This record gives sequence, structure tokens and C-alpha cells, in this order.
Amino acid sequence: MSSSAPSLSLGRRRGGRAVEARVSRGLWADALRRLVRNRPALVGLALVAVFVVAALAAPVVAPYGPYERAGGQLEPPSPAHLFGTDLLGRDVFSRVLYGAQISLQVGVVAVLLALLTGGIIGALAGGFGGWVDAALMRLTDVLLAIPGILLAIGIVAWLGRGMPQLMLAIAVTYTPIFARLLRGSLLALREVDYVVAARSIGASPLRILTRHMLPNAVTPLIVQATLVLATAIIDIAGLGFLGLGPPDPRTPEWGTMLVDARRFLQTAPHIVFFVGGAIVVSAIGFNLLGDGLRESLDPRLKR
Amino acid sequence: MSQLGPADGRLLVVEDLVVHFPIRVGIIFERHVGDVRAVDGVSFSLRRGETLGLVGESGCGKSTTGRAIVRLLRPTAGRIVFDGVDVSGLEGEPLRRIRRRMQMIFQDPYASLNPRMTAGAIVGEPLEIHRWGSARERRDRVRELLSLVGLDPEYGIRYPHEFSGGQRQRIGVARALALEPDLIVADEPISALDVSIQAQILNLLGRLQERLGLTYLFIAHDLSAVRHVSDRIAVMYLGQIVELGPSRELNAAPLHPYTVALLSAVPIPDPAVEARRRRIILTGDVPSPVDPPPGCRFHTRCWLRERLGNPERCVAEAPPLRELAPGHAVACHFAEQVEGAPEQRQAIGLRAGPNGTAGSGVRDASRTRTD
Repeated sequence: MSSSAPSLSLGRRRGGRAVEARVSRGLWADALRRLVRNRPALVGLALVAVFVVAALAAPVVAPYGPYERAGGQLEPPSPAHLFGTDLLGRDVFSRVLYGAQISLQVGVVAVLLALLTGGIIGALAGGFGGWVDAALMRLTDVLLAIPGILLAIGIVAWLGRGMPQLMLAIAVTYTPIFARLLRGSLLALREVDYVVAARSIGASPLRILTRHMLPNAVTPLIVQATLVLATAIIDIAGLGFLGLGPPDPRTPEWGTMLVDARRFLQTAPHIVFFVGGAIVVSAIGFNLLGDGLRESLDPRLKR
Repeated sequence: MSQLGPADGRLLVVEDLVVHFPIRVGIIFERHVGDVRAVDGVSFSLRRGETLGLVGESGCGKSTTGRAIVRLLRPTAGRIVFDGVDVSGLEGEPLRRIRRRMQMIFQDPYASLNPRMTAGAIVGEPLEIHRWGSARERRDRVRELLSLVGLDPEYGIRYPHEFSGGQRQRIGVARALALEPDLIVADEPISALDVSIQAQILNLLGRLQERLGLTYLFIAHDLSAVRHVSDRIAVMYLGQIVELGPSRELNAAPLHPYTVALLSAVPIPDPAVEARRRRIILTGDVPSPVDPPPGCRFHTRCWLRERLGNPERCVAEAPPLRELAPGHAVACHFAEQVEGAPEQRQAIGLRAGPNGTAGSGVRDASRTRTD
């Protein structure tokens, strides 16, 4: 800010063409600056980074394969097996890393799908209004009336177990949230002066929607998507825990691992501890990041 | 009155404009339970190159009138004739074409610019929409417009949040000027600005009018803002025009009790006068435009009616706009009683009305003070 102040002053301008063509800072760059200064958000970003790196680099970083018998049964943590081993002698650390891969994959695909469909529904409802709005909102009301996890259980039970079904189930439960959120932002924007101004200069409804309304309505969606990713990770584990996870019971999915380890809670608590810890840490990471994003992107905090 | 056309020098003629907003209840089976009568029979005209000030309290329908004229709203009834064309019912392409020629300046410079677009993109958007010239010509035109409103063309690459309120308002003015309009509806263009900036923007608008031959409809909630820039002033109350006259005359000899009250609230830059003046404080709130009072809409708060012993006529009969002097019309049954009344002379301070000298004005003022 201090660097831009002198170039805005009139005195500088009177001196001829002294204004340097400074590269302008957009709202996004501003938001990034604010995010980096927000400590909880940085912690969240670090946790998310650990989670994402673990997921992507699992084949390189993991000392053993996810299905490989690497040691004895239910061994406690040791330098050879950081998180110990499970009933079949598999390395829990390696399986947690591969589990991150599954959570990330299912979570990201499901949230993107929900964001896309919810976004389209919300844009249609908020952009057109009238009966389109009424019809689409009643549809989302129906979905919202059913508790999320119950809806996901129902969909998986109906379509059968499998990764695509899992993604679809979670996407469906979160679609109405994005639809309502975008619709709400768009409705609020309809009477904002710059939208009215665009209308008065003769801009087409499509142009108003895409150039003036959507760009100013996406930030809450980004925040919400980050926060939803946290709950999606918990939901995936929850479905796995209930036996609705990936069809192969050996898959290193966190919820499935948790339910397997539950029987040995007395004798080998380390498995539950590390697997549960992975779920908690990744969920907290996305939550903190989401909150930080909300603070740095929220236009109400800045005019 | 109804012989219209570009030939008579009138750019805009508004006749019996009515804008009602229906109030509906129920979700699926909507019932129409009433109307907000925001604008209820407003008529005036604007000569080419003229500035008409439209003044009134918030909620009196002045902004609605402005928005109906640029057709952001569809009038419920009445005619809006712009340069010989009735625009009140236009839709689609013809409306788009006529919109090039009437533009709007908004009140809040923080809300009227899209925060995700650069100043250059904002000013250039009207050009782009109406396919004005080539991309290169448009770029040059944007630079020209920015310097026209007193901004450095280099600022075009910046975003709205990097500008001050006054600079943002200049961007809004540049956007309105992009397509070389004839009419500009300025909806309280200075009310949201710092006092020191207000004069700058007023001067800018004045210079642009001279240079480009613009016609302004200047909306304000406060007489002091418009009385120096307007050729004529229309005062609105509860959806209707109560007084319309040349700016100088309306300020020197207001004839409607409401205008007198408004003027009494405008400070006079002379402490000696100011100390002797008494403001007319209107009692009560503005009545609801859903259910306006019968007869004269101002009768519930009128000081003159009280003084005259509450004549029945104010409640029974809506006063028409009567032309009491050439070009000076008033909607009050008893406007003649206002002329020379102590309230009127108080309101205008030392510049006493045509019937009284400065001396008598002072004497009157001191007498009312000891009352």
C-alpha cells in the first residue's frame, strides 16, 4: 500500500507524465497476501500440503507396499514400522499414506462434481429467477431434507459398492449446498449498483451473469469447497467404517482400516490412533485453510 | 403540452408517470394485497442542455423516477418521451439502441464499479457492448475518456479498490459518457462523497455539460446540493411533484410549505443570519407510500394547514399543480398564503422575499425569536 500511495498523488501528476505504469494488483493477489499473513490459515495450508504430498508421493515415500506383508502381527511402532503393523503384518504407515491417496482422490472428485452441478443449478436459479428458480430450489430442498450421510448410505446401498458410486454419493449430498450458496450470492448481486449499471448500458443477461455476477460470487464457493472437502474426508471414512467403502476389503481406505483395527483397540491401540489421527489432521487442515480463505477472500472485510 | 417532438427543444417529456410496486403474499398462490405507490403521477420536461434538479426526502420516489426514465424499471402508466420517441414501453433491441443516449451516474462510487474489472475495462464496456469501433479505437477512446474526467489514462489498468471515492466517481462519470449520451440521470452523484470532493465532482459535471452539451436530471435529497447547478428544480413529496420552478425563484420565493421547510434546513453562510433563523421541523414521519393520505399528501405534516386552522379542503381535495408565475408551479391550495409569510422569509434568510425588504426580514426574525 505504501508503495502505491505516492503515484496516486496529484502532485506527481502535475509534474508531467511522471506516473509509472505500475503493474496493478488484482483482488486475487491481495487475497493471497492476506492469506499468507494469517497464521491459522498457514497451519491449515501446511497440514493440507502434508496430506496432498503424502497422497501424491505415497508410492515413493512409503517404505512398503499397501498389501505387502512387512513384519509380524500387530507390532507396536518401531523405527522399522513407524506406525507399527496390523493383523496381517502390513506396515500401517505405508497404508496410511496410500489411504491419503484414496481420500484425496474420492474427496476431490466428489467435491468438484458437487461444485460443478451445484454451481450450474445455482447459476440457473439465481441468474434467471422466476419459475426456474422455484423449481430448482424445491429440488435442492428435497435433497437437503435428508441428512447427508444417510443420503450417501442410501445411494451406495442402491448403486452398489465401488469407487465411482462412493464419489457420486458424496457429490450428491453436497450439491444442494453449493447450489443454494451460489443462488444466494447471485440474488444479492442482482440489485448491486454495478449490475444495475451494466443493465443500463445495455449488457445482455448472459454478459451480466458471466462478467459481473459470477466473478463476484465465486469466492464463497471456493471457501465452501475447501470446508466441504474436510467433511467429505470424514464422510468417506464414515462410509468405509460402515462397510460401504471400496469393494475390496484389503483396500487401504482409512474408514475400512479403522473398523478392522477396532477389534484390537485393547491390544494394539496404535493402529486406531494413527489412522484416526490421519483423518482428524487432514480434516482440521482443510477446515483451517477454509476459514483462512474466507477471511482473506470475503469482500465484506474490504471495499 | 402534448405536442411533442424534437423541434420544440425538449429532449425529455415525462407525462403522468406512475410506478407502482405490487405487494404480493403467499408462495405459490400469490395474492396481490396492495401497491407501493413510489411514483404517482409525475410530469415534467427537460430542455436540451438544461439541468433539472429533482429533490426530496429518501423514499419520495425521486430515484424511482430516474430509474424509470432510463428504463431500468418499467413504468406502470404514463409516458416517457425521449427525443420524440415514447420509451415507456420499449423492449429488446430498440430499447438497447435508445439506451446509448441516456446514461446514469450512481450514488455510491464503491458499489457502482465491478471490483473484478479494471477501470479501463469498466469505462470500455459500453463501447464493447455497442460494438463501437475496433479494439484499438476503443482503447484510445477509453484513454480519452479517462483524461476527460480528470484521471490519468495510465490508471486504466488499476482496479476500483485502488482509487479514492472521488476518483471512483470520476470513473463512473467516464463510463456514463462513453457512448456520448444526450441525457444523464445523476442519482445523488455527490451524496456519498466527502464534502471537499463534492465541489470537484459538481464542477466536473458542469464543465462536461458545457463542453458536450449534456442534459442532466440531477437527483438529490438536499436542496443545497442542487440549487447552484440546476436551471430548474422540482421538489417531490411522496411520489408527486409539489413544486417546480426556476432554481433562482424557487430559492428566493418558495411557494409550497414543504419547499419552505426544506429550505429552512439549508444553512446560510452568515452566522448573524443563522442565529436569527428558525428551522421548520416537520412533525411525524413520511406517511407510507402504500396508503398515502387523502387529499394533499403533505397535509399530515403541514405547518401552513395548522396555521390556517386545518381547512377541510386539504384533506378532501388533492391540489393540482398550479402555475402561479411563469414556469413556477405549485401543488398547494393555499400557496398564496406562503408568499410573504414569516416562515418563507425565515427560510431564505436575509435575502428576503419579493414583498419584504431585508430590514423587515430581520425584524420579523427577531420577533419570532422572542415568541
